[in-house]
Amino acid sequence: MKHAKTATQNACKLCNPLGACLAFRGIENCVPFLHGSQGCATYIRRYLISHYKEPIDIASSNFHEESAVFGGSHNLQVGLKNVTAQYKPEVIGIATTCLSETIGDDVPMILREYTKTYRNGTPMPIMIHASTPSYQGSHIDGFHAAVRATVVTLAEKGERQNLVNMFPNMVSPADLRYLKEIFTDFRLPCMLLPDYSQTMDGGPWGEYHRIPPGGTPASAIANAGKATASIEFTSTLAASKSAAGYLEEAFGVPRHQLSLPIGIKESDKFFDLLETLTEQPRPEKYEDERRRLVDAYADGHKYVFEKKVILYGEEDLVVAMTAFLREIGMMPVLCASGGKSGQLKQRLIELIPDLEEQGIKVREGVDFMDIEDEAKILKPDFLIGNSKGYTMSRKNNIPLLRIGFPIHDRFGGQRAHHIGYRGTQELFDRIVNTVIEQRQNASSIGYTYM
Amino acid sequence: MEHIGILEGREKQVFEKKIGAELSDIACETSSLSGSVSQRACVFCGSRVVLYPVADAIHIVHGPIGCAAYTWDIRGAVSSGPELHRLSFSTDLQEMDVIYGGEKKLYLSLIELIEQYKPKAAFIYSTCIVGLIGDDIDAVCKKVAAETGIPVLPVHSEGFKGTKKDGYKAACFALMKLIGTGSTEGISKLSINILGEFNLAGEAWIIRKYYERMGIEVVSTLTGDGRIDAVKRAHGASLNVVQCSGSMTSLAKDMEEKYGIPYIRVSYFGIEDMSKSLYDVALHFPDHPEIMEAAKQVVSEEVKKLYPELQKFKKALTGKKAAIYVGGAFKTFSLIKALRSIGMSVVLAGSQTGNKDDYKRLKEMCDEGTVIVDDSNPVELSKFILEKEADLLIGGVKERPIAFKLGIGFCDHNHERKIPLAGFVGMYNFALEVYQSVMSPVWQFAPRKGGNR
Repeated sequence: MKHAKTATQNACKLCNPLGACLAFRGIENCVPFLHGSQGCATYIRRYLISHYKEPIDIASSNFHEESAVFGGSHNLQVGLKNVTAQYKPEVIGIATTCLSETIGDDVPMILREYTKTYRNGTPMPIMIHASTPSYQGSHIDGFHAAVRATVVTLAEKGERQNLVNMFPNMVSPADLRYLKEIFTDFRLPCMLLPDYSQTMDGGPWGEYHRIPPGGTPASAIANAGKATASIEFTSTLAASKSAAGYLEEAFGVPRHQLSLPIGIKESDKFFDLLETLTEQPRPEKYEDERRRLVDAYADGHKYVFEKKVILYGEEDLVVAMTAFLREIGMMPVLCASGGKSGQLKQRLIELIPDLEEQGIKVREGVDFMDIEDEAKILKPDFLIGNSKGYTMSRKNNIPLLRIGFPIHDRFGGQRAHHIGYRGTQELFDRIVNTVIEQRQNASSIGYTYM
Repeated sequence: MEHIGILEGREKQVFEKKIGAELSDIACETSSLSGSVSQRACVFCGSRVVLYPVADAIHIVHGPIGCAAYTWDIRGAVSSGPELHRLSFSTDLQEMDVIYGGEKKLYLSLIELIEQYKPKAAFIYSTCIVGLIGDDIDAVCKKVAAETGIPVLPVHSEGFKGTKKDGYKAACFALMKLIGTGSTEGISKLSINILGEFNLAGEAWIIRKYYERMGIEVVSTLTGDGRIDAVKRAHGASLNVVQCSGSMTSLAKDMEEKYGIPYIRVSYFGIEDMSKSLYDVALHFPDHPEIMEAAKQVVSEEVKKLYPELQKFKKALTGKKAAIYVGGAFKTFSLIKALRSIGMSVVLAGSQTGNKDDYKRLKEMCDEGTVIVDDSNPVELSKFILEKEADLLIGGVKERPIAFKLGIGFCDHNHERKIPLAGFVGMYNFALEVYQSVMSPVWQFAPRKGGNR
């Protein structure tokens, strides 16, 4: 049965402010602050906790009926004052919700007013404002909006420095740690934004931290305008919405746009770029990682060849995963996203020009009922995406390989690698094992060597 | 360690029981302070949790995608039959809808979903934005009800229009519209409804069986394992038994007023309160002494099984200290008693939504030195957990990482739990879970224990 189309059923996306809160969590000493109802902050905290298993305090201006009628200025100002008093943050990352956006609060003006009233010669937290109405786009748009707003607020002009800005997209804390390792090994100073590798995947606390340690310092972000280059991992983000786009326009920092480096070819492009920027070859360690990966591809190729996959998630992740699946001989029969940039199909055609002849379907703006309808026709061998696909996976008895965000029905989503040779290796191992396990379970003999 | 103060404006919501301390009223039932990181949610959340378990209705969230996405299949409320409540429906309003209104989209969504799923009813939750753009939800509901022939009920749950409690009320209001529309034929005089029991991990089934063993008919459970037809005939019961008092007292009051059904408040957590909740129902039927006899029989059989099993836990846990921060105050009372029965003391007790009477009673119940908080936040909770050297925190998903970061045990007593904690068997599960978490050797590596270095 085809399902009705007007309502969204089991959404394949989250709302705009969620992405902003996560991005703000990647700035040192920063408190994310939602200008709207209390529920938004609470729901988003609960949602992020289910994946990251870390405390995440998100403040709220806590709208009431009067604020909705007369504007949220008073609540926002009281809220900022209280957050400043209790958290002593260096930065407050303010994201708007559908409520404050709809009543048309002029947040920049309120912030100016607030600063004028309360400064009194004392240092105030830096306030960053990202506009994130949830009736536009999805969580990934909020993520990019917050990163861009951060750079717009903090980046300063100055003499060029030996520095590269790295905008990694919404990858896992493990991925972020790997990126930092790569830059360190290349001896290339890097401004990674956001960096929630520690704030969202940190150690135990002997005392309470109002704000968990870690994140990119505001002082480092200030240097972004002086960098020699920006690298951003995205296939679908327009320059007008990206931090790298802003830095190029405002400070002439060249913008290098790469797909999320998943798979050998895309990872090669990333390492090639680093070689170009540093004018030195990649450290031997990464050659080794690559060699092991090529070797693993050889060992595992037969398990995965022409296996049919339905792939879903944020558009950039879907594009990157498609490139990877094609290079190992797998067939993404459906590339789906709840996002709707209008770019997904075009980007995929650039990767696979004969996409349609190969029978690869592309759909954006879908929900899980759409994907399920497709699954009934396409009969994939497995699904690859976040935990939200589990309902469909169970109902239709199709195995699910969990990647990305959120992963709330398996352990360790925050420690999963996705990018570079290392991430690709991990993904490849997991995919092969999924096939092996499936075969083993289906076998009446119970082979002990598969 | 850095001194952590209480946020200005919150002093009256925190109280430490000390000899000679003034027994002033705790400030409560206020909206959360702007900028504090409240553990509360919003009006929509209140409505959503109350109605969520109704399994043969569709629940459609009218607004942008977030509110529906974050509440998709999040509760542990299980159903013995249909499972429409585990699906997430949203009108997913876009910018153009915000400008031109979402009524048409809501109407089409409803017609299509009702055609596809053939539900017994539909609940329409309005979110923040709907309260602003002025969609006439009531008119749309009326129209769809007329066209489809099923009840289509608006739930006015705009997030900013009050607190979570107002959301409970909006949900109860929708339920009141259903109650009284079904036939009460064949309902025994010896009958009850259970209100505020959401069948988390099958808890309603456990409780229902106890009452059935007493010869009591349970007409309707609101809303655990809920069915529209059962809700419609709830007015046929002789007594309302209110478990989650925070959410459902308003419904009990309305039913008393309209149908003359009296209500009692109970709690199914811990041996003491669980037993009392059976006796109190029996007391309501004084002409039937056999019911009280049966209640005693149930309690005696269950306690005989349970008591020896608890002793192992008690032996291990005696002297350990707990902090409690849950939604409703009534649950806090039960948990204090339940913890005492396994040898533990309570050093912090609080709730998101308690009222003045609740806090008065809490003060009376607690030991000297216990801190009592209303509408607390992570900073405060952590401060008291460390200062009071708690070994366990009882709370919900949002409190869990605080406990684990600080290196203490945790028991999930919120609506996402997957293990039944109600009833006598629930007391066993509770003690087991507390034991497993508090006694785990992993805490030896926590910094507060010196990190084992």
